[in-house]
Amino acid sequence: MTADDTDLLSVRNLEVVYDDVVAVLHGLSLTVPSGAIVALLGANGAGKTTLLRAVSGLLRPHRGVITKGVVHFDGVDVTRADPAEMVRRGIAQVMEGRRVFAEVTVEENLRAGAYTRRSRSEVRESYDRVLGLFPALARYRRSVAGYLSGGEQQMLAIGRALMADPTILLLDEPSLGLAPQMVAQVREVIVEINRQGTSVLLVEQNAAMALSIATFGYVMETGKIALDGPAADLLADADIREFYLGATTRRSLADVKTYRRKKRWSA
Amino acid sequence: MTDLIQNAFAGVALGSTYALIALGFVIIYKATGVLNFAQGGVLAIGAYLAYTYTNHIGIAFAVAAALACLSVAVLGIGFERTVLRRMVGQPPFAVVMVTIGLLFVLESLVTVVWGFDHRYPTNPWNVQTVAVGDIVLGVRDLWTIALTAAAVLALFVFFRFSTLGLAMRVTAFDPEAALAQGISARRVYAMSWAIASALGALAGVTVAAGPGGLSPEIGLIALVAFPAMIVGGMDSPAGAVLAGLLIGLAEALTRGYQDQLFSWAGDNVSTIVPYLLMIAILLIRPYGLLGTKEVRRI
Repeated sequence: MTADDTDLLSVRNLEVVYDDVVAVLHGLSLTVPSGAIVALLGANGAGKTTLLRAVSGLLRPHRGVITKGVVHFDGVDVTRADPAEMVRRGIAQVMEGRRVFAEVTVEENLRAGAYTRRSRSEVRESYDRVLGLFPALARYRRSVAGYLSGGEQQMLAIGRALMADPTILLLDEPSLGLAPQMVAQVREVIVEINRQGTSVLLVEQNAAMALSIATFGYVMETGKIALDGPAADLLADADIREFYLGATTRRSLADVKTYRRKKRWSA
Repeated sequence: MTDLIQNAFAGVALGSTYALIALGFVIIYKATGVLNFAQGGVLAIGAYLAYTYTNHIGIAFAVAAALACLSVAVLGIGFERTVLRRMVGQPPFAVVMVTIGLLFVLESLVTVVWGFDHRYPTNPWNVQTVAVGDIVLGVRDLWTIALTAAAVLALFVFFRFSTLGLAMRVTAFDPEAALAQGISARRVYAMSWAIASALGALAGVTVAAGPGGLSPEIGLIALVAFPAMIVGGMDSPAGAVLAGLLIGLAEALTRGYQDQLFSWAGDNVSTIVPYLLMIAILLIRPYGLLGTKEVRRI
């Protein structure tokens, strides 16, 4: 995909270094068109979370810096902007592991999500939208968030991010550690959020789920995009099927020597 | 019985002062993870500023006290902005040493500006008393209790209902997740220093209005409030208030019954009571009365 005016988020040749020495992203490029769901797949340590941090401005607490490349959002250069600015511009991230504020109530979690917004009536609107999406949260409004189940906490984390009324939602492994039934529910919620007009960048290990709702997909390996294409093509791709979807059609040991194919991808 | 009530009242008044100081410790610790040893110095500066405002500039005492709290709050923000901000991510030990350094600087500053002499801020409380039956209540003690109650209530409302208060609570719980909501950690840190400093100044003013007046050693009272913070649980504001009152009561009662019960222990046994209480409570509840039950390294 090439950058053009319809791209909501566009990352170009991004390089990120942690602690001045550990290079995690090596010239990564990726775009999310307005209104789309884009899936970002990859093994642990490929740099998916680092990419999200670079986009949402959360690198600094991890001593990471963008050493090269640019992040454009909505036509504006937002490279190295701080998290508060990113949120105000319309980028909301749901971090891996949910990270709800377990000590405060569900309602207070949602209020915290709306921190950057000033208009009470708009916040009220978002609040109603979130409770509409997650009826379970309405039931537990006044309970302490730490007592919710894992699935409910994930819903709360997504709901909290929606309280900022984002244009794009960055989801970091929302299906992590959830029962299959909950995963299906998360999937439906993402589709519904997207239908309501929010673009989604979905980082997932659960490639089948991610590619089934995305229009476009990227596969990351060691800090670079190794493969990208329309989600349907990726779903049909033999390598993807084997690495991420658990297909076991290949027999020959030579074929399973993964580094060869990685090399082919990067070339 | 009269004796008991009389001593208990003195204890609650003393405990209120401890509670104010301990609250300051807890708020900074909870928000930033820093043990602020400079609280005693901040308290002294606040008390002396109130003295200058009312005795030299001639501002009414209540306004002077409020102004002192405000000035010291600005000072706290300034210190956070200029020094501590650069220490973010450094080992906690280094940050603690910086606050100890600040304590010495502030103590010297007090003697440079105001000298070593005792000073007596002009105030409407003085040594006036109100008699209720057989019990004599000091007006200053009553005000100390009332102001502490008001401050605690205001803080409760602030943390419970205001957006910034909520931001401070969630930042204390998970700074990164709070950042991801667009909450400005800088604002939260600055605010916690401002609140803690203002509480310190308020405590300083109530102490300075007492019979002892103002001397450079006024900041030492923070060392007694320190056990209150530990006993209450380092990260619990409610615990700080509870433990402050508890320690104040224990100290005042020991002093009150010194002659009858503790004459064998020497004259000043009451001054070590806070520390004995701290050791005893920590033996039973190592994380304090209301602290979070987890092992923290300092």
